[in-house]
Amino acid sequence: MNPVNYLYLAALLFTIGAVGVLVRRNAIVLFMCVELMLNACNLALVTFSRLHGNLDGQIIAFFTMVVAAAEVVVGLAIIVSVFRTRHSASVDDTNLMKL
Amino acid sequence: MTGMTLAAAIPPIPAPHIEYLQLSPMLAVFGAALVGILAEAFVPRRHRYATQVGIALAGLAASFGLILYLAQAGYATTKADLAAMGAVAVDGPSLFLQGVITLVAVVAVLQFAERRLEPRSGAGAAVDAFAPEAAAVPGSDAERRAATSGHATTEIYPLTMFAVGGMLLFPAASDLLTMFVALEVFSLPLYLMCALARRRRLLSQEAAVKYFLLGAFSSAFFLFGLALVYGYAGSVQFGQIARVVEGTATVTPALANTTGNDALLLIGLAMLGVGLLFKVGAVPFHMWTPDVYQGAPTPVTGFMAAATKVAAFGAMLRLLYVAFPGLAWDWRPVLWGVAILTMVAGAVIAVTQTDVKRLLAYSSVAHAGFILTGVIALNQHGIGAVLFYLAAYSFVTLGAFAVVTLVRDADGEATHLSRWAGLGRRSPLLAAVFALFLLAFAGIPLTSGFTGKFAVFQAAASGGAMPLVIVGVLSSAVAAFFYIRVIVLMFFSDPRADGPTVAVPSALTGTAIALGAVVTVVLGVAPEYFLHLANQASLLVR
Repeated sequence: MNPVNYLYLAALLFTIGAVGVLVRRNAIVLFMCVELMLNACNLALVTFSRLHGNLDGQIIAFFTMVVAAAEVVVGLAIIVSVFRTRHSASVDDTNLMKL
Repeated sequence: MTGMTLAAAIPPIPAPHIEYLQLSPMLAVFGAALVGILAEAFVPRRHRYATQVGIALAGLAASFGLILYLAQAGYATTKADLAAMGAVAVDGPSLFLQGVITLVAVVAVLQFAERRLEPRSGAGAAVDAFAPEAAAVPGSDAERRAATSGHATTEIYPLTMFAVGGMLLFPAASDLLTMFVALEVFSLPLYLMCALARRRRLLSQEAAVKYFLLGAFSSAFFLFGLALVYGYAGSVQFGQIARVVEGTATVTPALANTTGNDALLLIGLAMLGVGLLFKVGAVPFHMWTPDVYQGAPTPVTGFMAAATKVAAFGAMLRLLYVAFPGLAWDWRPVLWGVAILTMVAGAVIAVTQTDVKRLLAYSSVAHAGFILTGVIALNQHGIGAVLFYLAAYSFVTLGAFAVVTLVRDADGEATHLSRWAGLGRRSPLLAAVFALFLLAFAGIPLTSGFTGKFAVFQAAASGGAMPLVIVGVLSSAVAAFFYIRVIVLMFFSDPRADGPTVAVPSALTGTAIALGAVVTVVLGVAPEYFLHLANQASLLVR
């Protein structure tokens, strides 16, 4: 199978994630969409690694996973603390500051 | 037998050669962060504050000393080179910006350590500006218990050290992967630090959520840009990317295939740009700036506003000047547009603000635009001018936010502008210092702001961006209007009877403000030495 198809899939997943961040309202779902974007990046990296025949892309994918894990730790801590305060994870409710 | 043949077929992985001396400024700061975490676990609660402040300041001092040593030993000029297998560039701009970041961090740690502004806890312990127990729900019994017993979030110091370590690495990163990791290493602690305010905790948590979600979104863009550029060039090292873009690299069949597709390169660079422009707070990626600056604890805001900008502009310079000079005809027009939008929008929206912290946030947006004009210059003067501007701007910002922490009423800081009316009559010294910072923001001669603006505009003009300079000067004039309006409000209106009080700080915040004022005046009156230094440090190694 032509590896370029994986690139189309990666672009599609990235777009789904980006649109999800823009239209969804629940902070947890937003966060999952960001994770989807990061995984789309991983797929693209591994595919390019195959195309170029060097291992850089696969190694970067490992780094991305570690970064994504660290981001989960920090992100869930913040989202959970807000949820416990407001009993809501909707980003529309966090609107004390306006222009 | 098959195991044997497999083992013979795989070439041994060479152990990487690490130049520990060149990397030592970063290692010192990361070391201090790790020691800080251990101290958090093992030192008794009543000794933690002194221990953590000591560790943080020692780490920063060691780092600054090592930077000075490296600069003295010629690593900024003749011995500038790539370290750690080409991942980190140790050269003039790196060392200059690392020096600025460590100094900024020292001043920020002094402000974090300030414990005289908040009223003492029930148990009589002095407390700082951070939540007594970040995990406790605001308004709950657990929070009240923690507050009365005088607990403190001393984790702020190791978090700061991690953020500083990432910031030191960010402008020095010489491949895209290192740059991405550095971006995350300094962003993640900052998200947490935003959520730690002692007062107005809902605002603080809201700021953290917004900063985190938007920050994670933008770094996902950066990562996809990284993937596309890697796909185009087959490498993430800046030097190799530049060679592939210019067509001087040895062409493999795979490279011949991917370099035929310019979309990979252009979309990739655009997405990398989104990630970096978000971090510097340029329009149209500035939406987080006012909310996060307002909600975060004010000492953290000052640190974030100053140090993040320094690190992110350093990284932007390296990315555009080292990896993508061959694409200048493509990225310069886009950055022209972004710079004009940023300068104009920042200055115009700031006019309508009524909160001091939001006002300073929009002013920082406008300043991002001014610094971008220096980046667009695309010549060596541009690099020197940007370095000087960053150094000047960061100390003014730190000082201005330190002043904001001192003007207080019963609810904490009185940040609404109407409360600042007549401050000059009540506390002439503080108002005069704040006026000095505002004049520096506005770019009035004899302050560091004027020298910085003059340097970047001169570089932009010599780089052929004259229209940009005209827009810059005009939006400076608009910006001067609202800075001067605040000065008029402080000095020429009557103080209100129920107005805020000006807290008397300890030597810690006092030092921070005094340093900011001294740097502002010195860089304004006698800038030659520092301009020379910045120009000398303006050679990027490839």
